[in-house]
Amino acid sequence: MPIDRSYAGRSYPATPPYEVGVAKIREFADAIGDPNPLYRDPGAARALGHPDVVAPPTFPIVVTYPAGHVIVEDPQLGIDYSRVVHGEQRFAYSRPVRAGDALTVTLTIESIRSAGGHDMVTTASEVRTVEGEHVVTAYSTLVVRGEG
Amino acid sequence: MAAAIRYDDVEVGSALPGQTFPVRRADLVRYCGASGDFNVIHWNERVARSVGLPDVIAHGMFTMALAARVVTDWAGDPGAVVDYGVRFTRPVPVPDDDVGSTVEVEAAVAAKLPDRRVRVDLKATYAGTTVLGRAQAVVALA
Repeated sequence: MPIDRSYAGRSYPATPPYEVGVAKIREFADAIGDPNPLYRDPGAARALGHPDVVAPPTFPIVVTYPAGHVIVEDPQLGIDYSRVVHGEQRFAYSRPVRAGDALTVTLTIESIRSAGGHDMVTTASEVRTVEGEHVVTAYSTLVVRGEG
Repeated sequence: MAAAIRYDDVEVGSALPGQTFPVRRADLVRYCGASGDFNVIHWNERVARSVGLPDVIAHGMFTMALAARVVTDWAGDPGAVVDYGVRFTRPVPVPDDDVGSTVEVEAAVAAKLPDRRVRVDLKATYAGTTVLGRAQAVVALA
């Protein structure tokens, strides 16, 4: 059954704060095989003007991926998660995520469209510090494959 | 932010140093843990095949992270990346051996933008097929 397009524009409550730790950034950098000292050494980060170690560009997925579960769990949308494929991803940064940030995510359904028997749901996840500073907005397009 | 590359020193068409990345099963398991994305198609071959995939496949976000490295290593400061987006056009299957698959990433300056920014277009391929579509980063240069 196609997803009701009237849900475009729906926003969900902000997630509880996620505190970004130095060890988590290092773990993520290790996992993507990137030895960049800016992800590990506060001195190297400060030398380039950052207050503390910064996170790799795709690190925000650590907070936006779980935040995205709200649309899969929304019974009114009726998305079958076993049919979901990640179609597109984009990050628009105000600044890099860094150690010490306490981040909340506010997710909005930007658009719902259909093509080739599939539904495409695009969400915008606005990531801000608890102080209200915008850090990054993550745009994800999930493709819900049609049946058959 | 302090990019190592000067805006005045690049032209449209300037190539970034390309890189080649191995992708093994162990890399996917580690990425599952670090990212929190434990979707079974990234570690369970039985389930992957049952939903029509050729094998376990890499997370699209893992491939996106590898490709970003070509930009961040070039720019010198990951904080210089102000926008980064991709389409996941084809999966990267990862066999159960010690070699894994290989993702090759090339990139070049595609446009010079206002405010000393450039758009970099990336090309990521596996076995000769493109795995990321419309992969673009906007980078603030010095």
